[in-house]
Amino acid sequence: MRVGMLCSRIRVEEKLLINEFERRNVQFERIDDDQTWFDLNALQANRQVRAQFPDVIIERSLHHGRALYTLKTLNDAGIPTVNNYNVALTCGDKFLTTQALLRNGVPSPRCLLAYTQESALEAIESLGYPVVLKPVIGSWGRLVSKINDREAAEAVLEHRDTLGNYQHAIFYIQEYINKPGGRDIRAFVVGDECIAAIYRTSGHWITNTARGGAASNCPITPALADICIGAANAVGGGVVAIDVFETAEGRYLVNEVNYTMEFRNSISTTGVNIPERIVDYVLAQAQ
Amino acid sequence: MSAQCPECEGTIALAADILDGEIVPCPDCGAELEVVSLNPVVLELAPEVEEDWGE
Repeated sequence: MRVGMLCSRIRVEEKLLINEFERRNVQFERIDDDQTWFDLNALQANRQVRAQFPDVIIERSLHHGRALYTLKTLNDAGIPTVNNYNVALTCGDKFLTTQALLRNGVPSPRCLLAYTQESALEAIESLGYPVVLKPVIGSWGRLVSKINDREAAEAVLEHRDTLGNYQHAIFYIQEYINKPGGRDIRAFVVGDECIAAIYRTSGHWITNTARGGAASNCPITPALADICIGAANAVGGGVVAIDVFETAEGRYLVNEVNYTMEFRNSISTTGVNIPERIVDYVLAQAQ
Repeated sequence: MSAQCPECEGTIALAADILDGEIVPCPDCGAELEVVSLNPVVLELAPEVEEDWGE
């Protein structure tokens, strides 16, 4: 069996995965999205060209755009990937994630959608302050704004409207969830199992560990496992990380789903060998 | 194995299994560096975060 890894740079996660493949003597090759190009016609029509590719490819690209186009190219040529194009498409766009969660009855914060400053302001005021404004495409908390009053809303909406990319004028407005103890949950789902979860605690309202949130082990209760597996299935499954809010009333709400998950801070914290579990899953897809 | 930090010219000890494209933080100045060559080992400042980078 030949396994490939689509990657940009080699971070801790990629190194851990590569070491795990090598530990199992799996024939492994890197597909650097900086250097790779695809003959789309040949890939679609020519069996020999397809045969040059590995039996399964794990996607670890840093770039959402490159990941999307590459996964679609590979999946359309019958080459299995983890995760697949549809999962990346859904998880990479917060609006598509929300629609998938809603259609599958997975609890998530209230979300509103608008396209102009005026209608967005009206939507925000229907929800009441504070609210959270997020770009539909984005990660690591980038351009995520907590808006506490009308003046801030007017300012942020105007700024977004002037940003070049049309996607910044797709106003995705989310209900602000007060996090008891300044924490949320990052849960890791591999296939149909919630294998580990951490609390991310921060003094700041954005708790990403990429922004300094502290990780601690979170016990996986049946209720937490249910909602996380439900969210994973809603976006198409595979290897995903679910960000979950706990409400003051003790309910869980799924905030978002990540399809190229980071887990470096979660292995010793949870005692779960996450790269090992991911590699198990990837190898199973090639069978 | 070691290499020089392009930012502060500090010497950085590298793991024997260092990979091309691997990210190495400089322990002296904290700069995020990328391995751009293995023979010889050359480090460059890792590119800044771009708009569609993430999880």
